[in-house]
Amino acid sequence: MNNTADEKPVDLPEQHDDHTVGKPLLKDPKISVRNANVFYGDKQAVFDVDLDIGANQVIAMIGPSGCGKSTFLRCLNRMNDTIDICRVTGEINLDGQNIYDKKLDVVPLRAKVGMVFQKPNPFPKSIYDNVAYGPKIHGLANRRSELDQIVETSLTKAGLWNEVKDRLDQPGTGLSGGQQQRLCIARTIAVSPEVILMDEPCSALDPIATAKIEELIAELSENYTIAIVTHSMQQAARVSHRTAYFHMGKLVEVNKTQKVFTNPEHSLTESYITGRFG
Amino acid sequence: MSLSVLLVFIVAVVLAAFIIGKTRALKVSAFQGGAKTLNSLPYYYGMLTALWTGIPAIILLILWQMFDRTIIDNLVIQYLPSDVQNMDGEQLGLVMNQVYTLVGGQQVGDVAPYIEQAAAKVSKLYRMSEWLQTSLITLAMIIGAFVVYKRIHPEMKARNHIELFFKYSLLGCACIAIITTLGIVFSVLFESIMFFQKVPVSEFLFGTQWSPQMAIRKDQVGSSGSFGAVPLFVGTMLIAFIALIVAVPTGLMSAIYLAEYAPKKIRSIFKPLLEILAGIPTVVYGFFAALTVAPFIRDLAYSLGINEYISVSSESALAAGLVMGVMIIPFVSSLSDDVINAVPQSLRDGALGLGATKSEVVKQVVIPAALPGIVGGVLLAASRAIGETMIVVMAAGMAANLTANPLDSVTTVTVQIVTLLVGDQEFDSPKTLAAFALGLMLFIVTLALNYIALHVVKKYREQYD
Repeated sequence: MNNTADEKPVDLPEQHDDHTVGKPLLKDPKISVRNANVFYGDKQAVFDVDLDIGANQVIAMIGPSGCGKSTFLRCLNRMNDTIDICRVTGEINLDGQNIYDKKLDVVPLRAKVGMVFQKPNPFPKSIYDNVAYGPKIHGLANRRSELDQIVETSLTKAGLWNEVKDRLDQPGTGLSGGQQQRLCIARTIAVSPEVILMDEPCSALDPIATAKIEELIAELSENYTIAIVTHSMQQAARVSHRTAYFHMGKLVEVNKTQKVFTNPEHSLTESYITGRFG
Repeated sequence: MSLSVLLVFIVAVVLAAFIIGKTRALKVSAFQGGAKTLNSLPYYYGMLTALWTGIPAIILLILWQMFDRTIIDNLVIQYLPSDVQNMDGEQLGLVMNQVYTLVGGQQVGDVAPYIEQAAAKVSKLYRMSEWLQTSLITLAMIIGAFVVYKRIHPEMKARNHIELFFKYSLLGCACIAIITTLGIVFSVLFESIMFFQKVPVSEFLFGTQWSPQMAIRKDQVGSSGSFGAVPLFVGTMLIAFIALIVAVPTGLMSAIYLAEYAPKKIRSIFKPLLEILAGIPTVVYGFFAALTVAPFIRDLAYSLGINEYISVSSESALAAGLVMGVMIIPFVSSLSDDVINAVPQSLRDGALGLGATKSEVVKQVVIPAALPGIVGGVLLAASRAIGETMIVVMAAGMAANLTANPLDSVTTVTVQIVTLLVGDQEFDSPKTLAAFALGLMLFIVTLALNYIALHVVKKYREQYD
């Protein structure tokens, strides 16, 4: 998909406007991003993004490799802080509070905005401890029974409980890829986040495991706000309410998913979803 | 020709053989359509010719150098008077020494006429040997070169021969290392068996009295010697334990800092600095321990009045252990640094994404994940500490006290090996043989530690690959 040789014959339409087309802004957003720029050293990776994410919505971010969508996603819970040379400017508000405020503590922020990564990354601990880890570090449970309860609910919500309830003490790394990813989702849910960020959560999984995760996303969207980065347009079309198309670090178009896929406004978006490049 | 001239001559001939072989290959292929019809590139034929020319010559040269003196000796002895010939080995050796001194031109005093005759004979034989050597080697080179030269043909698989040669020379080098190791192990083993025939294994392993000083000559005054090695084992363990107490926390924490917290700039300065510690010769650590640390500890103990309760010595286990600990810090830290860096970033991200703080990530995710590797590193460090000699020789003392008091002087296995083998000795006395038994113990312990450590580290590596 990201073979540069394939891109060459296409005449890319001139980008006629720097402004995002579609409907980036919403009423009462859960997260509102204004003027976000991200730099890696001298190189700018994300340019002037304005975007709102509504509560209990799934927003999919699509775009060619290297378009800055993952970088943008990692800004939303300040995971980019772990990269020394990364710098973020602009304003990102979660419930009206700027998360890049100097006084803000990232620990509660990340408890509120959980993240699921591209490659399943269970800790080398038991299944139980993987899920119990978050609640433990945030002191969410006072007694063992409360912790047991949180673990069970989280695993149930992640659709994993029935598969693992008899072997909670076994290492999480022993599960299959799809199960590991659902374990990671359970781990994220266990700290009761409000927003869940997913960075290509299915890219390392087979189609059956992918279908399960997609089903799960649909269920989770009733209670959580979800932002998902994906390389699969079908996946974006299946799971999301809104879709944002990124190109070369710029947010090109945002709209209802159906609208983006059936009637894109921007020519770049159209080229991408019709498979002319990417 | 003298040896150096001969060597130059061989090199020259080998070079010539290379050129001849290469030229020949080009020539034989010229009739059939040029160098591309050759099985191998032309220079492979040159190399093959050079090898066949050089290797027999070198082997011959080495054999000659090893055996010419023995052969000449035997020939000359036949010309000596029969009463000299019948002398025992040592005296005969003395006579031959006189002969060779004379050959070397350093006549000391008057010598018996038969020695002068023998010396003349030796000189003559030497000239002959040199001449024979040169001619034989030249002949060998000519034959070698000629055999290959005749066989050079476009179908000849010169490249395969060279590859084979390369493989076997590598194998040869590997064998040298292994044979040496085996040789050392077996010699230590056999000497130890000899020791255990004189001193029971049970006494050696469980006896608590170590005083190996015993009469090595019949007329010498000395004790009968006792070889209970427990005080040495305890001393070794005590010092290694102190060293690990110093090195493990310091090394591990500095590794964590360097791997997890330090900005790139600081890391690039700190890491080499830390590794300089590993480059300091142990003897330097040794005199640092003996001259600075040990007196300081003693003075401190005295000023605190500790000496009223337990014995305080100017050479202490504590001093040796502390300095040895400093010595193995870089060892622990660089091994831990490696395993900490091998923990995948995705695990850190996972924990950070849940809202863990940096120290929580380190304590609860990185360290547990890296633990097997860290344990492996610590075991390797322990085997270093146990086998370390110079620091303890200088700072820990010689007295084989069976004590757990770190302020007292203790001795270690390595120190005793050194002491046993220094000075007057006889190789069938238990005193000397005890050194081999101690060496064997040391070898077994460090081998076991290394084996376990490498096994643990390897298992850990597989987990993330």
